[in-house]
Amino acid sequence: MARSRTSRTLLWAVPFVLFVVLAGFLFTGLFRDPREVPSPLIDKPAPAFTLPKLGASDTLSAADLRGKVWLLNVWASWCVSCRYEHPLLVELAKANVVPIVGLNYKDKNDLALAWLAERGDPYWTSIVDADGRVGIDWGVYGVPETFVVDKAGVIRYKQIGPLTADVIEKTIVPLVRQLEKS
Amino acid sequence: MNRLCVACALLALAWVTSAWAQAPVPVDDALRARLAHLETELRCLVCQNQTLADSNAPLAEDLRREVRELASAGKSDDQIRDYLVARYGEFVLYKPRVRPLTWALWFGPFVLLAVGALAWWRAGRRRADAAPDDDPDPGTHDAPANDTALERAREALQ
Repeated sequence: MARSRTSRTLLWAVPFVLFVVLAGFLFTGLFRDPREVPSPLIDKPAPAFTLPKLGASDTLSAADLRGKVWLLNVWASWCVSCRYEHPLLVELAKANVVPIVGLNYKDKNDLALAWLAERGDPYWTSIVDADGRVGIDWGVYGVPETFVVDKAGVIRYKQIGPLTADVIEKTIVPLVRQLEKS
Repeated sequence: MNRLCVACALLALAWVTSAWAQAPVPVDDALRARLAHLETELRCLVCQNQTLADSNAPLAEDLRREVRELASAGKSDDQIRDYLVARYGEFVLYKPRVRPLTWALWFGPFVLLAVGALAWWRAGRRRADAAPDDDPDPGTHDAPANDTALERAREALQ
């Protein structure tokens, strides 16, 4: 009789536990953006590039930034969300916390320069990725995206979609400060 | 992100025309067939429920170009998949690879089937055990010892 009592308990306990686990997964799923694909590049060396600077004749490569903590912000003049993000970047640049490198993604140089002239230029420098190949190397699939790269040239964080004041204050700035100490 | 998608869609329309202007890498028929198959197994990251083959998003166009160039350069399908997985993660593969992380995905349904079959079999056996007619060992039950006792019991119940 003891066995049948256990199996009767199992009869409702197993489906109940399965239900709770499934409900837990679905519940957390409610608060996650399915468009955010976690990058496999986190904690991996930043992909190498050598690209022309926007509005200048020389180039910049990833190796030139060794020894610095820096941000790579992917932007374009055709990108609507970048308009919301831009004032925050200008503010961050004024605070002089970290150099921001702009990756001008699949844009036209004259439009990009006009965009910066109109809205202010928060970038330490912008580099031109006209055909989007460097973007692919960095796993970019939407604009804007922002990466935090440490002194050793390792990607430590990726923001998919526009930065918010909250993300900058609570994530980016503390992370940069911590990386700068190391 | 919705706005971004609308922007992307508009740009996709704008770039359909410019795409024709670009000279594609020449490919022979065998390679074209291989690419057509490979592109149906890869996900477009912008319009996430479309394959690379189906999507008109500019990024899908760029990734098709990358895939085409890698294939023309003699890379195998697996090398091309690795190239994309290194950049975008396992999510780009419509057919996830068998590895510890995806074991639950690949084998989970079979495990569930086995568990279900086992539970069904055990339930069936228990029902058989509980039926006194089929009981091979009547001594363990408080069953009537013989037919006359059974008769008497039936009469008493009426």
